[in-house]
Amino acid sequence: MTWSAVAAVVMLFVIAPLVPGIAAKTKARLAGRRGAPVLQLYWDLSRLWRKGAVYSRTTTWVFRVAPVALVATAGAATCLVPLDGARAILSFSGDFVAFAYLLALGRFLLVLAALDTGSSFEGMGASREVTVAAFAEPALFLAFVAVVVASGETSLSGALGAALAGAWPTAAPALAMVAVSLFLVLLAEGSRVPVDDPATHLELTMIHEVMVLDHSGQDLALVLYGSALKLSLFAALLVGVVAPRAALPPLVALPALVAGIVVAAVAIGIVESVTARLRLGRVPQFLTAASALAALGVILLLAGSGT
Amino acid sequence: MLLLALILVPAVAALGASALRGPARRTPWLLLGAMTHLALVAAVAITPPRPVFHGWIALDALGLVVLATVSALFAAVAVYAVGYLRRAHSPGGRAFVGCLLAFLAAASLVALSHHFALLWVGLEATTLALAPLIFHKHDRRSLEAVWKYLVISSVGIALALLGVFFLATAQAGGPPGARPLVVEDLIAYADRLHPAWLQAAFVFLLIGFGTKMGLAPMHTWKPDTYGEAPSLVGALMAGGLTSCAFLGLARVTAVATAAGSGPFIRPLLLGFGVLSLVVAAAFLIVQTDVKRLLAYSSVEHMGLLAVGLGVGGVGAYGAVLHMINNAMVKGLLFFAVGNAVLRAGTGAPAALSGALRRAPASGFLLLVGLFAVTGSPPFGPFLSEFAILGALFHAGHYWIAAIMLALFAVIFVGLAARILEVVHGPPSPSAPGVGEDPWRLAAPAVLAIAVLTLGVFIPGPLFRALAEAAGTLGGGAP
Amino acid sequence: MTRVAELLLLLVILTSFLALGTARVSACIRAVALQGLLLGLLPLALYPAGGAHIWGLAVGTVLVKAVVLPRFLNWAIREAAVRREVEPRVGYPMSLLVGVAAVAAAFAISSRLPLPEQAHEMLVPAALATVMLGLFMLTTRSKAVVQVVGYLILENGVYLFGLTHVERVPFLVEVGVLLDVFVAVFIMGIVVFHINREFDSLDSSHLSALSD
Repeated sequence: MTWSAVAAVVMLFVIAPLVPGIAAKTKARLAGRRGAPVLQLYWDLSRLWRKGAVYSRTTTWVFRVAPVALVATAGAATCLVPLDGARAILSFSGDFVAFAYLLALGRFLLVLAALDTGSSFEGMGASREVTVAAFAEPALFLAFVAVVVASGETSLSGALGAALAGAWPTAAPALAMVAVSLFLVLLAEGSRVPVDDPATHLELTMIHEVMVLDHSGQDLALVLYGSALKLSLFAALLVGVVAPRAALPPLVALPALVAGIVVAAVAIGIVESVTARLRLGRVPQFLTAASALAALGVILLLAGSGT
Repeated sequence: MLLLALILVPAVAALGASALRGPARRTPWLLLGAMTHLALVAAVAITPPRPVFHGWIALDALGLVVLATVSALFAAVAVYAVGYLRRAHSPGGRAFVGCLLAFLAAASLVALSHHFALLWVGLEATTLALAPLIFHKHDRRSLEAVWKYLVISSVGIALALLGVFFLATAQAGGPPGARPLVVEDLIAYADRLHPAWLQAAFVFLLIGFGTKMGLAPMHTWKPDTYGEAPSLVGALMAGGLTSCAFLGLARVTAVATAAGSGPFIRPLLLGFGVLSLVVAAAFLIVQTDVKRLLAYSSVEHMGLLAVGLGVGGVGAYGAVLHMINNAMVKGLLFFAVGNAVLRAGTGAPAALSGALRRAPASGFLLLVGLFAVTGSPPFGPFLSEFAILGALFHAGHYWIAAIMLALFAVIFVGLAARILEVVHGPPSPSAPGVGEDPWRLAAPAVLAIAVLTLGVFIPGPLFRALAEAAGTLGGGAP
Repeated sequence: MTRVAELLLLLVILTSFLALGTARVSACIRAVALQGLLLGLLPLALYPAGGAHIWGLAVGTVLVKAVVLPRFLNWAIREAAVRREVEPRVGYPMSLLVGVAAVAAAFAISSRLPLPEQAHEMLVPAALATVMLGLFMLTTRSKAVVQVVGYLILENGVYLFGLTHVERVPFLVEVGVLLDVFVAVFIMGIVVFHINREFDSLDSSHLSALSD
């Protein structure tokens, strides 16, 4: 547990709300508007924190636990990712499975909370969210498998470290495909266009937004923060795959991570500006394409290392 | 020079035909082209010319047999075409004669090519030359037929090309002086061929050439195509195209046998052959359309050819002889059926019944064809089928021979039922069709005489050519 | 140059996937045009020392496969008031998954076959994968023009394999093959045009009158 790892985790906690802000700003700028300030989410969170929450009479303890669980699981997952490029706070063999399942646990509790409200509106959102997640999981796992094969290490800390940096020169095409696949998974898990539109309010088109519609006050603050944290976590993962920073000293690696996350946020903004939201029936196709890309990457890496 | 002329003369004639206006001028042109080609074939048979283009284009016994067969059949088709295109309402467009001659040029290329890739180009050219001819009637049914033909044939040909490339890979380890993909060098250095690639090449070439031949299960385009194309095009396909595809298959069989892969390829050839026979028999007995009937008969005979190649020995001789017989007989049958269709005015199965009561000469010829195609003595196919069966017994494949004999019986019943109905059935009410025509009778008559002759006696030069051809396939004459 | 060749081969496989997974017919045609372009660049990347005949082959391939044939196919389907959706018989996600399986199979098979000498190690798997993807597309799509696109992809795969032999199978034959493909697709395009006119649709399941 190096100080740089702890510092990195703390830093990610702090800058997480920046990511949606940067994405929104990019989108606004590309549309010719000035847009909300980049720090908007911070103001929203502090405003929400001062407010009280209103609970529906049909909800139970699950509804109150879910937002906290979301943030907790996301935070725990953060500890598994080698943010400083070298080592995470926690690492063990196969920890990428734990990573995926921690995030799945958070999502599971959020879905339960949505069902807990007893409203069909949230229930519809919950079922859609779970469908999207079901298709995104294979892509995420295939991307992890690819990274594991490329680097030869079985834990995230090792896989995204020096071995991967050494694999890039020879396996660039395959790893590029894996990176694209991860980006698509990022869009899906973060509920971004083209999978889901975070700015829409039409029931026909909402997935994530409608699921958390009933939360208010501090719960809502936690939910928003948790989503932002998930988003920046995936962005950090993507940066780790694209630019492994194991060789850099921590003082350089951390700013590099921040820079990478900013670039990812801008990319999200650009994608949101140029593509339209997919028809709901096409989302499985989109995510299967992501899985296919990751699978192709795995095949290429296996073939490359085998021969 | 003569060799090149064999290919170029029909090609130039094809271009010339497209430039001529009016069917009255195109038909003699077709006849002229066909007869010139036949004369050239006779010339090269008497004085074998030397290979050209580093041996890519050369004449050997097997090639000569195929070339002569296709040329003779084409001459018959040309004679028939004079009568066919003469009808008042004949829709013979510009492309008709041109495509026919283009087919002849492509078929000559296949017969003379000793380079596998060149052979492939020729075979693909035959496919493409025939497509507009199948679509001659321009109605929905022929549209469907030509589409299926194009798709299935093109896939088969593409897989054959892959097989040719595999063959080149198999040859990659050989001596540097060997010409790549040339048959003679492939056989000469056969022991240096890489077995895995050679076997893969054989499989793909079998599938590809088998699709063009019409072996089951790649035969599905045949019934539709033979059913919708005009009869003389059907004759050309059943006799000419199949012979060219058979040549390709025979050449790759020769290479594989020389390389010692005989035990691998023989079961494949036998399997596809027997499957074709079974499929042909099964579908033949339920057919109502005569031309589709003939298509399945063609599948049966292609199966026989595959079996002959697969069993080797005298079977190879029988296969080559059968190829000649098949071409002659199919020409005869298609011409006679074509006359029946013209007499009835339509090709619909119901209208064809008894059509030949009013056209006795064609009816007689159709009967002759029936007995010939089912392998009855004294016609040619009897001898060739007998040779193949004999080879099967000699090699110990008793079961296969027994199944074949049983299937022959079934096929005879199926064919006879339908054809006798056409010949002797009660005549259908209105018959506005066209009467008999000397040209349209001369062609099948000549073919019938040829088939009868081959059944009774095989001329010396032909026998020598057949024996030599069989020798290259790893077999021998009886 | 092997890195460039590897990238091109990977893009060839990806364009096959693009053609397989898209729902619009015009996107299908554009994908195969892109593939033709990549295929034209490949001889230059694989044999940088090659002479005029390599350049001729490259230019010819690009002209035929990337320019002329796609334009012709677009012409063939333009006349119709036809639905421009692909309407596959096997759904898109399933097609993509089968495609991945085909690529995996191609790599597995090629690892067992001894490679021809001087060939790039990814050429044979890419060729086999493209052949399989083309064949899959040909058999599972019901629109006639999409079947032609599948045939083109199949031929591209065979052409890829032929590139391992540019030295042995000389230029003349490659040109002959190119010409054959050109004429074949030309004729197919004309038939598609007629199908379009006759049935006012590109769906080849209309072609089912003839059967036993």
